[in-house]
Amino acid sequence: MTDLFRGFGAIFYKEVLHVRRDSATLFFSLFIPLIQMFVLGFGIDTNVRHVNTVIFNGDGRRESRELIDRLTNSDTFHIIDYVASDAALNDAIVGGRARVGIKIPVDYSDRLIHNMSAQVLVLIDGSDSSVAGQAINVTTAIGLDESLRRVLTNRGAMAVDMRPKLLFNPDSRSPNFLLPGLTAILLLNVTTFLTAFAIVREKERGTLEQLFVTPAKPFGLLLGKLLPYFFIGFTELCLILTCMRFIFQVPIHGSVLLLAFLSLPYIFVSLSLGILISSKAGTQGEAMQLAFVTILPSIFFSGYIFPRETMPLFFRIISYFVPASYFINITRGIILRGAGIQHLWIDGLALFAMGTVLLIIAARRFQNKVIMA
Amino acid sequence: MPTVQQPAAPAAEVSISAEHLVRRFGDFVAVNDVSFHVEKGEIFGFLGPNGSGKTTVIKMLTGLLPLTEGSAWVEGLDVGADAEGVREHIGYMSQKFSLYDDLTVAENLQFYGRIYSLPPARMKQRIDEIVQLNGLAPYMDRLAARLSGGWKQRLALGCAMLHEPKLLFLDEPTAGIDPVARRELWDLLFELSGHGITFFVTTHYMDEAERCSHVAYIYYGRIIADGTPAELKQIPEVQPAGTHRVEISTPEITRALRVARKIPGIRSATIFGESIHALVEDRYDLPDLRAQLAKQDITVSDIRPLTPSLEDVFVELTYKHQAQLEKTRD
Repeated sequence: MTDLFRGFGAIFYKEVLHVRRDSATLFFSLFIPLIQMFVLGFGIDTNVRHVNTVIFNGDGRRESRELIDRLTNSDTFHIIDYVASDAALNDAIVGGRARVGIKIPVDYSDRLIHNMSAQVLVLIDGSDSSVAGQAINVTTAIGLDESLRRVLTNRGAMAVDMRPKLLFNPDSRSPNFLLPGLTAILLLNVTTFLTAFAIVREKERGTLEQLFVTPAKPFGLLLGKLLPYFFIGFTELCLILTCMRFIFQVPIHGSVLLLAFLSLPYIFVSLSLGILISSKAGTQGEAMQLAFVTILPSIFFSGYIFPRETMPLFFRIISYFVPASYFINITRGIILRGAGIQHLWIDGLALFAMGTVLLIIAARRFQNKVIMA
Repeated sequence: MPTVQQPAAPAAEVSISAEHLVRRFGDFVAVNDVSFHVEKGEIFGFLGPNGSGKTTVIKMLTGLLPLTEGSAWVEGLDVGADAEGVREHIGYMSQKFSLYDDLTVAENLQFYGRIYSLPPARMKQRIDEIVQLNGLAPYMDRLAARLSGGWKQRLALGCAMLHEPKLLFLDEPTAGIDPVARRELWDLLFELSGHGITFFVTTHYMDEAERCSHVAYIYYGRIIADGTPAELKQIPEVQPAGTHRVEISTPEITRALRVARKIPGIRSATIFGESIHALVEDRYDLPDLRAQLAKQDITVSDIRPLTPSLEDVFVELTYKHQAQLEKTRD
């Protein structure tokens, strides 16, 4: 049994020395992901808020000012300027200073008082579809609300009152949604890159060739090489989760232990992917390119940015072969929804199966293309 | 000669016994019926152009590459049956020196000690011995990256022999190191072979080949010469009966070569540095030859008899086999 893993201790110890010597790599692998996390966590807000808005208030009386207050209070619009002509309103949008221009006509208050329909012109810059959509929705809703209020003032309650309630992420905070997904991407990044580089470096140096003619067993070799990076990957995960919880204040509703446990098969997949890449790449540059090829589908087809449900069938099928899809399911499930093992075991199993298949392919490639070539 | 499938283990004084080795990659025959024997304590030089099958043979003998046909015994063990056992008894040093640049000299040595599972006390003793032998003592705490080529190679050799292998494979051990380090390495090899260690060395340097106690030349997957350097210089293909070798010095070396090749009675002619080496039929003696060349306006500054060098041997054999290969191809 110990013979099967011969060489493990020696290689593990040596690998730890490499990591310690090369503190730059360790730094980059542990802290660059955190920096990415900070950029994304603080910098990106998928909720449309504070859209720059200019207003041409042709009326100026109390009713018109009430309407403006309502627009401001929606949190969607941020009024940057008041203008006094149609041309200036138009110019603000064309010039890119504002996304939305609202014109309240001269007779706004008069028409309301006389129970006539008052028209408010809303100009929207359509070049960003999410901003435009939000602006349409909010202005329409405010218009409808305002109308209903006026019609219903004397008759009391609304007939149908929709009360949407957002579960799990009540404030629709972006970090709550983005960071659990980002965890999966960053972890994949770090572990795949590190293992691929660690092995390709030995190929470049010729030391791999040397190791093959020693009595070290393939299992011992592989395990000794991978285990340090497994630990680094796990440390990375803990760092990311800690920052997420305490700096970005994303509450973890489920069990942290379960999350740690289910990250093991995911790290396993990442390491296997790294080995597979190293069996193909001859230089670190090649390894880098190949690693990027694996990272991109993980970003685009895993549900991290675009929901998998809305993808065309072809891409949805691809998403089933992307390990990050399963792990994002796990992280969002545990962190946001408080899901338990009974909901997520199948994702864990899928990851474990993928890791095993990848490892077998990688081992075979190594046998055929590296040792015997 | 009938091929014996399972020959008995070779005699005890034989380090490597290769019998009819064949290795195919698909349709390509990389190693074609290669047989040779290396005795214990020999420095066996394995020569041949790049891509001729040298590395493949090393991989077969070290158990990395299964034999398509034939059998190989290394240090009394059947490579096909017990590759693991073989690896306990051999050392290997590649031309890249295969060191960990970011580890110190001591750490590199210790790493290989652990890989070969030397007990700590034994490891310490072996490292001391090797450091003594290789003179590495002043550099123990230096990173391998900061050693010069010659010292890197000594360290690599030290790593490869830490576990006291009886047989060492050195794959182009002197590629890219300076002449002094090259000379010193060979002195070290002689000393070690005196202690009974066998060396299997590949090289492109003919002066190194001359220093081997036994050389084999592989060309397109076949061994075309096998013997001591002295024996090879006597073989009829190189020194056909009724011919002798001469060295011709002349200022107009390239024109002289063209002329010489046209003179009937000169079997072959090649430039070696500042002179031409020619294989001449015995019907010409030296003054005749000088006269022949003078007829073509070639001034010969010196002409003298020559014993063939190993390079002559390999060039001659390569020409012969090239011609044969082309004939079989047509």
